[in-house]
Amino acid sequence: MEQFGFSISKGRQIDFESNDRRIADFIFEREPSFRLCIECGGCSATCSTANFTRFSLRELHILIKRGENDKVRQNIKKCMLCGKCTLICPRGVNTRNIIVLAKQAFQKYDLYAL
Amino acid sequence: MSKHVIVIGGGVAGLEAAGRLSKAGIGVSLIEKESKTGGHLNNWYKLFPDRRDSVEVKEYLDGISLIEGIKLLADTTVEKFTRNRNHISVTTSSGQEMDADAVIVATGFDLFKSARKEEYGYGIYENVITSSDLEEMFRNGKIKLSTGASPRTIGIVHCVGSRDEKVGNLYCSKLCCVTAVKQAIEIREHLPESKVFCFYMDMRMGGAHYEELYREAQESYGVSFIRGKVSEAGETIDHKIVIKVEDTLAGRPLKMELDMLVLMAGMEMSEGGRKIAAITGLETGDNRFFAATDNHYGSNRSNIKGVFYAGTCTAPMNITETISHARSAVSEVMDYLKEANK
Repeated sequence: MEQFGFSISKGRQIDFESNDRRIADFIFEREPSFRLCIECGGCSATCSTANFTRFSLRELHILIKRGENDKVRQNIKKCMLCGKCTLICPRGVNTRNIIVLAKQAFQKYDLYAL
Repeated sequence: MSKHVIVIGGGVAGLEAAGRLSKAGIGVSLIEKESKTGGHLNNWYKLFPDRRDSVEVKEYLDGISLIEGIKLLADTTVEKFTRNRNHISVTTSSGQEMDADAVIVATGFDLFKSARKEEYGYGIYENVITSSDLEEMFRNGKIKLSTGASPRTIGIVHCVGSRDEKVGNLYCSKLCCVTAVKQAIEIREHLPESKVFCFYMDMRMGGAHYEELYREAQESYGVSFIRGKVSEAGETIDHKIVIKVEDTLAGRPLKMELDMLVLMAGMEMSEGGRKIAAITGLETGDNRFFAATDNHYGSNRSNIKGVFYAGTCTAPMNITETISHARSAVSEVMDYLKEANK
């Protein structure tokens, strides 16, 4: 059973208005192919990291776009930048570059420390 | 003087157009590169969405090819094309020169060559086949592995050569989803003990009765649908196929061992069509299909006066749409000939 505890529970909703989407905007500006994802999961299927840890490039894409940065921050470090995701993508999304840019954005906006 | 129209291509579109023109009292020369007419229909077993035998439609079309007013030139291709003031002259591969008042291009499509998606192993692993190979197996009544045994688990990969920038095809071939559903049902009918899994990016059931067929596949035939693009296929030592995919709705990578993998090959502009484009100067689009001059009210019209398009040489279409498109091409030709008479 879900343990709600005695404090006020944080909502599960993605709070679209208050979420910080600066990371996404930073990437959109520099890597336009970021817009092209259709969530097919080809990248996650081929990803070596995803086969051994809780890491999904497809999920990461959508979380960045929604500004769910807390969930992105730790996960993004798992990527080994091998680039297989970019090879497999039927939409020509440069996923590898998106990860590189996301890391730059986290540093630029000093969000790693949060 | 009676009019003469050349129809290039003796598949569904070309036959339908030739038949309609002939009925209207126009002389028709039908040029077909193969020895028999019918095109891709010759390779298909049953048709979606009602799974009627393709032979029934073929009989209808064969009836057209026998109409007296239609001169059939089989084993023939177009080698030269010139447009003069009011007529078009065409030279065939047999050296015959013909004059026509109008031309209908009905060069159709080719199936995507699945070996180009090397990561799926077609032509490398024996038990990776295409949708077209499977139709042949249905026709022969034998769905067999390379060893001769019956497959128990079969995977179907959607979007092979469609919606894929890596092979230069950005478009959706539109018919592969429903073909996958149809074939999944047929596999289950032929092999009641088997399990069938469809791997899709989106289920595009945008045709009459398609969605109902999808539901039937789930409800009556127990076909499983897993949302994710297969990234690669490999082979085990005992010739099973191992696929990698993300089960995107579960949010986890999934691997599966299958006896057989079926690739849903998409539709591409035919090689014959590309040759015609090069000879005639007919315009093609980014998707390499012939580009009609207007997408809404002129999908049969070309950039050359007196030349019209019919069928899948302009875009992926099912048989119903192809026949309608051929009929509208004939209506355009009739208008054009009337104008030319003035």
